Amino acid sequence: MNKASSILLFTVLAALAVALGYAVIFLPEQAEGLATAVSDQMGNSGVDHSVTAVLLNFRGYDTLLEMAVLLLALIGVWSLAPQSRAETISIPPASPVLLALFRLLIPLMILVAGYLLWVGAHAPGGAFQAGAVLAAAGVLALLCGKRLEGRLAGWPLRFGLVLGTAMFVAVAAAVMVGGAHLLQYPLEWAGGLILLIEAAATFSIGVTLMALFFGVRPITDQRP
Amino acid sequence: MKESWLFAFDLMLVSTLLWLAWRALATPDLFKGIVLFIAFGLVLALVWVRLDAPDVALAEAAIGAGLTGALLLTTLAKLGAKSREHERE
Amino acid sequence: MTLSVLYALAGVGLFVLALHGLIVHAHLLRKVLALNIMGSGVFLIMVALARRATEAPDPVPHAMVITGIVVAVSATALALVLLLRLKEVTGRTELDEDQTPS
Repeated sequence: MNKASSILLFTVLAALAVALGYAVIFLPEQAEGLATAVSDQMGNSGVDHSVTAVLLNFRGYDTLLEMAVLLLALIGVWSLAPQSRAETISIPPASPVLLALFRLLIPLMILVAGYLLWVGAHAPGGAFQAGAVLAAAGVLALLCGKRLEGRLAGWPLRFGLVLGTAMFVAVAAAVMVGGAHLLQYPLEWAGGLILLIEAAATFSIGVTLMALFFGVRPITDQRP
Repeated sequence: MKESWLFAFDLMLVSTLLWLAWRALATPDLFKGIVLFIAFGLVLALVWVRLDAPDVALAEAAIGAGLTGALLLTTLAKLGAKSREHERE
Repeated sequence: MTLSVLYALAGVGLFVLALHGLIVHAHLLRKVLALNIMGSGVFLIMVALARRATEAPDPVPHAMVITGIVVAVSATALALVLLLRLKEVTGRTELDEDQTPS
């Protein structure tokens, strides 16, 4: 990049930085935003933690679409990288230290994921964090050379991937039966429904992120 | 007294964040850049904690730093393998 | 200077820094890295400004940022697979118009 355009770029970006900084500095120091609106409605949400309430109840539609985005990304990845018979990189056999660590860590990680899922109702945690820990456990397993056996890599895998979104959509539609709007949970069932959705979502998010990491469609013995 | 110590800590966090981001983008070695990006993600998780956002901190540490870093490193390895294959042909 | 303003300015700095990196570097992996850092800058601005609420920080931007982090990782995964495919097809990791004349 020649000197003139480099200087021009610097000037434009500096102007952008100054404009954004100006906008940020002259914002009011105290701004409620939606904090009071959320805390007023916490009694109707079914959980005790504000972020979980926003994610799964007040803005549940956004979370539903986000799970669909995860699935879309996976479809994109699988359509670009064909089902390969051989792996693109040859992974060296896992060292004994790694395998020992794997045996120690995987049960612990599953436990932590379960805890994060449960505690999300009244403390920081929730489906995404738990799903991420599950995905990390899955990535560790993939790095140790473990692969899904042929039987499990076909329809069971697809079922696991879709479970979270399907459960969310099913609950969202089922509550409409009594004449309510989409995703309008009945008050006394809100907590239970949220936990149900989060459990399915945790499993799905873990499997989807693991599949995104793996990159190619796993080898199945069924015909695609 | 405590206020100024905390503010110094914040200034240090901010400068570490900006320095890590700059080095991650500017270093000629891609592997080093990705590792610095993972470090950036972890410092960012600390920043989330400082900003009273523990849920975001958990998500950032696991997904933002961990999974994105793993994805980038795997891609770098596959790019290197493809280069070697092309050279052999 | 309040904490919110300090971290929001840091977010602006990250955004502009990474935007420069996105424009200047030709290697696609660096562009993906720059995009991720830009995203982190935007999240930093959002969460820093959410802290200005009086009692507890505003939870809606937190939820949006968590959603944003997950969407960013799926977009990164897709972008990286596209990069690998480009390398497989053309043998280079740069877009055509960015090739340095050899």
